Amino acid sequence: MLRNLLLLLLPVFLIFSAPNISASPLSSFEELLERNAKLIQKSSSKTVDPVLTEIQEFGGQMAAIFMQSWIEKKLYFVKDTGAFVLAEPAGKNEAGKKMMTVKGALDGKPLGKMLAKSLKQIKPNSGVRAKIASALVPIQIGSDDIETRKIGLIALSRDIMPSHLPPLKRAIEQEVDEDLKRAFQQTYIYGVISHSDDEAEVEAAIYSLKDSLSLDARAALNPLLTSQVRVSKTQPEGQNIARIIIPGRSVRLSDGTAGKQVLMSGADPELSLATAYQMLVEKGLAAAAPTEDSRKETLVAMAEDGQIGPFGLTTLNTDAARNKAYDWLVENNGAPPRVLKAEMEQAVSAHIFYAVYDHPSKTVTNAAREVLAGINSQVMVYKLLDLALDGLSLASIYFLAAIGLAITFGVMRVINMAHGEFIMMGAYTGYVIQLLVPSYTISILLALPAAFCVTFLAGVAMERLVIRHLYKRPLETLLATFGISIALQQIAKNIFGTQARPLTSPAWLDGAFVVNDVLAISNIRIAIFCLGLLFLGLMLYVMTRTRFGLETRAVTQNPAMAASMGINPDRINMLTFGFGSGIAGIAGVAIGLFSKVTSELGSDYIVQSFMTVVVGGVGNIWGTLAGAAMIGSLQKGIEWFNPSNTLAAQTYMIIFIILFIQFRPRGIIALKGRAVED
Amino acid sequence: MENTILIKHLLKHPSVMIFLGLLAGFTLLVVGLAEGAGIGLISTSFVKTLGKTLCLCMIAIAMDLVWGFCGILSLGHFAFFALGGYIIGMWLMFARTKLIVLEAAQNAVLPMTQSEVSQAVGTQIFGVVGGAEIPAIWTFADNFWIQIAFVVLVPGLLALIFGWLAFRARVNGVYLSILTQAMTLALALYLFQNDSGLRGNNGLSGLQNIPGFDAVSQADISIWFFIASAGALALIYVLAYGLISSKMGNIIRGIRDNEARVRFLGYNVESYKLFIFVLTAIIAAVAGALYYPQAGIINPAELAPIASIYLAVWVAIGGRGRLYGAVIGAAFVSLLSSYFTGGQAPDIPLGFGTLRWTEWWLVLLGLSFVGVTLYAPKGIGGLIDHLTRKRGV
Amino acid sequence: MAQLLHVDDISVTFDGFRAINGLSFDIGRAELRAIIGPNGAGKTTFMDIVTGKTRPDSGDVRWGDKGVSLLRKSESQIAQLGIGRKFQKPTVFESQSVYDNLLMALANQRNPFSVLSYQRSIIDNDKIDALATQINLSQQTQILAGALSHGQKQWLEIGMLLAQDPQLLLVDEPAAGMTAPERAVTVKLLKELAQTRAVVVVEHDMEFIRQLECRITVLHEGAVLAEGQIDFVMQNQEVIDVYLGR
Repeated sequence: MLRNLLLLLLPVFLIFSAPNISASPLSSFEELLERNAKLIQKSSSKTVDPVLTEIQEFGGQMAAIFMQSWIEKKLYFVKDTGAFVLAEPAGKNEAGKKMMTVKGALDGKPLGKMLAKSLKQIKPNSGVRAKIASALVPIQIGSDDIETRKIGLIALSRDIMPSHLPPLKRAIEQEVDEDLKRAFQQTYIYGVISHSDDEAEVEAAIYSLKDSLSLDARAALNPLLTSQVRVSKTQPEGQNIARIIIPGRSVRLSDGTAGKQVLMSGADPELSLATAYQMLVEKGLAAAAPTEDSRKETLVAMAEDGQIGPFGLTTLNTDAARNKAYDWLVENNGAPPRVLKAEMEQAVSAHIFYAVYDHPSKTVTNAAREVLAGINSQVMVYKLLDLALDGLSLASIYFLAAIGLAITFGVMRVINMAHGEFIMMGAYTGYVIQLLVPSYTISILLALPAAFCVTFLAGVAMERLVIRHLYKRPLETLLATFGISIALQQIAKNIFGTQARPLTSPAWLDGAFVVNDVLAISNIRIAIFCLGLLFLGLMLYVMTRTRFGLETRAVTQNPAMAASMGINPDRINMLTFGFGSGIAGIAGVAIGLFSKVTSELGSDYIVQSFMTVVVGGVGNIWGTLAGAAMIGSLQKGIEWFNPSNTLAAQTYMIIFIILFIQFRPRGIIALKGRAVED
Repeated sequence: MENTILIKHLLKHPSVMIFLGLLAGFTLLVVGLAEGAGIGLISTSFVKTLGKTLCLCMIAIAMDLVWGFCGILSLGHFAFFALGGYIIGMWLMFARTKLIVLEAAQNAVLPMTQSEVSQAVGTQIFGVVGGAEIPAIWTFADNFWIQIAFVVLVPGLLALIFGWLAFRARVNGVYLSILTQAMTLALALYLFQNDSGLRGNNGLSGLQNIPGFDAVSQADISIWFFIASAGALALIYVLAYGLISSKMGNIIRGIRDNEARVRFLGYNVESYKLFIFVLTAIIAAVAGALYYPQAGIINPAELAPIASIYLAVWVAIGGRGRLYGAVIGAAFVSLLSSYFTGGQAPDIPLGFGTLRWTEWWLVLLGLSFVGVTLYAPKGIGGLIDHLTRKRGV
Repeated sequence: MAQLLHVDDISVTFDGFRAINGLSFDIGRAELRAIIGPNGAGKTTFMDIVTGKTRPDSGDVRWGDKGVSLLRKSESQIAQLGIGRKFQKPTVFESQSVYDNLLMALANQRNPFSVLSYQRSIIDNDKIDALATQINLSQQTQILAGALSHGQKQWLEIGMLLAQDPQLLLVDEPAAGMTAPERAVTVKLLKELAQTRAVVVVEHDMEFIRQLECRITVLHEGAVLAEGQIDFVMQNQEVIDVYLGR
């Protein structure tokens, strides 16, 4: 966006910043244009080259302005004189004729208004424009003005031509700005790699990319390793061979070499037997084999009265019978004979299939392969890091979603199936507050405590009205809270409708912390991670440093004993339930920020939350943290092996958890002792 | 021999006889009033709804056995139900597609070969998920009897493996409920994939058409399935009743009430739980295999974890630990649900707005479920018990 | 070897708390033994270990002539070997009839398939009737166990243990909540039982133990403090200090 804006502003900018133009270059440039007027007025990509070369040689600011106006179709010429001018529409005169403001094409001197009729626009086609742009680049990078040089760099990094290399080299030598100099050097390296004929220079350029992780570097190196599959009767010589291909067996590795087919990878061989044979046929090295379809067509076409020779058509319902009938046709009607698989194999194995690098130099391709392999392994490291961070943020989400559940489950042995709906309520609270408060930053800051309050009250109400009566019957609590969950979900649907509502994050959460081309961490992920940390800290503080936490832990470990110590378990249960539900509300706001708010938001997280609690171990904050970390990283880890399929990843994760429960039925961090063994 | 004992046994238990009598009467009534065989008062689609309801009663009995009698709150039985549906659906879809393919090829000059047939069938069935190859799990889809065996074997085996793992690790109570829910979710997510070999979220469709019976009208087919469902329900009811009134019934109820005590009596509680879990999984699968040909379509959304919880809702409302309670609950709640969510129920004007049943039925269901759990843990069945006892029956 | 049960130097720790600490214990084939000890002495944990509910961290528990280790066996396997346990609180199946309670306990095949094909026989019927008479519940066989009085439940549970026909009976506080006449009957019953099998009684009530007239093992902090006849034990200074003196 910014880049486009700069380009748009460029001509204006150039015009106003144009230095004093002395008389002599102006006149000689005018002379140049005069000489080539015809070619400029009616340019085609075939004829424009000599003019451009001349203008380029002339160089200087003037040439740059001229070419830029040319590209942007602002260049006109006066029909009578053939003089080049810049023109812009300027309304109509009294007679109702269209008028244009005219300026000198070279010096930008205002020349007053002219009738639009008397001017003609020069419209170069896209091919011509590309050529002008390419010719413009050396002038731009040689410019005295740093902004112009930067624009030249942008053009270069998009498309560098062999002819740009010498001026670029000069530009590097002259450059004073360190950053720009480095950027020029980088671009020069890519240019050399793509266009230089000097093997040693290219090799050096390739090796200089050794530690570069940018996409550009990989984009520059990859084309060096493209290859074509060929076939020959004898050992190929004098070519830059990438790999020898064994049809039906060898696979193509990412660096362009051949590898053995690994049973587990499931990769297909690079060249199947049939394709290889087809290559032979195309090269005239083997007789064409009629395909199954063409054989079928032949059978149908040559049938007479439902018969092919001695064979009735209706009996041809197996491949063997069809082959027999076809063979009869081969003998008696001259149909092309079938080629048996063994014959194909023989023909194929009598030839050598191989791939040749498009680049002729072995030195270059070897260097590219080596450097690319190095880069790829570094990229892999960063991708793993990225995955770990992904897992971490997923773990933070699960932690936030599950911690409230873990508290209520741990303290009261109550499964709250409506926990997911509390998450949903928190998210909708955030949405409603955004409707009321226009500032996204303030509304988010308001939404967090508001969501806590709303769900805290809902949790307390539910505990008082329902759960309190069911403490002795945990399975029935599960069912009753499920009934509440159905009702809440449907109520949300009735109020907010089925369509997803947005919970917009403030602008400062939209960006990302960019490490390099491979690794970028979005701010929202960082924020959720921080929120998770904050809650971990808060929970630890509440549970270990406050009276409420002490009493809660007492009730968790031995309710009867706690009651006899004067703790009112009823009150603790109510507060704990409210507290756990309140945290669910805050998790809801956090989750709503990155996924759409729907009435089903909660049910998407509830099973994962349960599993987090169960895997982590009940009644322990660290357990929940461990569970969340395990489930988050596991899910991302499985996705790593099968990135296209997140559904399968979840399936395998659940299976893994079912197996995990076998070995640690009470979770990663389990309470021990007689108290839990009932 | 066994049969005569069974009949004598049944005669001693009037509640079974009453149930069977009511079911037989109901079946005759529906058949008599139906479009296909009777005077046409009941539409074909409603016959199908009733037939499906009978299948839901079957799975409710399974749920009652495993939860009401054995105390295992499984949230996974709808997975077995859907598996049964998928497996029978594979045969229905494959066999019918094959018939269509063969019929289309009748006028071709060359008869089709085996591989051409299977390729054409594969394209027809798996075109929607961008495949043409028939996955390995469809190997026996053409064979009715093998597929029928699979209806019993596959869910049974899955239940056996899952149950063995879970019970062996002494996972119980809410943990087990969550674990069974996770199993259901895993299966649903797996089936949602396009490369699951079962057409991803498209599921299997056209199951109402029975291969080789294209000439028979849906009205007639719906009657057949209705009668078959009633028969299967009767059979399963009797089987379940026999089970719970035997010594096995004593032990599984013992496990529900005090697992540790049963263990110290020398019974290997895990193998009893496993037995019940597998048996009920098979019942659920059979119910599913009868249900989905009447529904016509099955897709992974059918086994969303919520379905299994609804099952628990039915049984709880009907009354746990009573077989007829489960049947009443399933029939009552599922029919009411389809009445209210189907849009037939009249909306209630409230002055300030209109109460639309399609919107508020689930709210009502959810809350009434809470009410039942709180105030009537024995459900409708408990109410019936209460009434019959009062009259001294 | 006349020993039926041989407990050898077992220890178990719960979250750092040593519930059993190097405990050894033997009991013969037809013997009545009382175990006493203050709260937390490890009496219940000891029973848990013998019946397979808790696994010790170290030590061994051996059973019968062949000296089979019980440590690798499940609760149900141990019960099938012939160890019966009566809980502190009477635990009978309250929603089932007295008859069904006894039927379940009756020493028959325990695997699901033989249970499935089980049919009531006249022999079993007679056995149950005899048991019901023995525990004074012959009139109540068709009544739900939940409807029995507390003492009747205790007897039913003892009846269930008898039905199991165990070689070793572990009885946890049998006299708790009983009236004096009920206690007398219980003492008589336990003594009778000990004629043909080993019976271990865990009890707090010294008067009750005195009536049993048997060897006593005193546990303290998870280990045996003293063992012998009641008068011998009660004169032991250590025992007086830790237990009786309080």
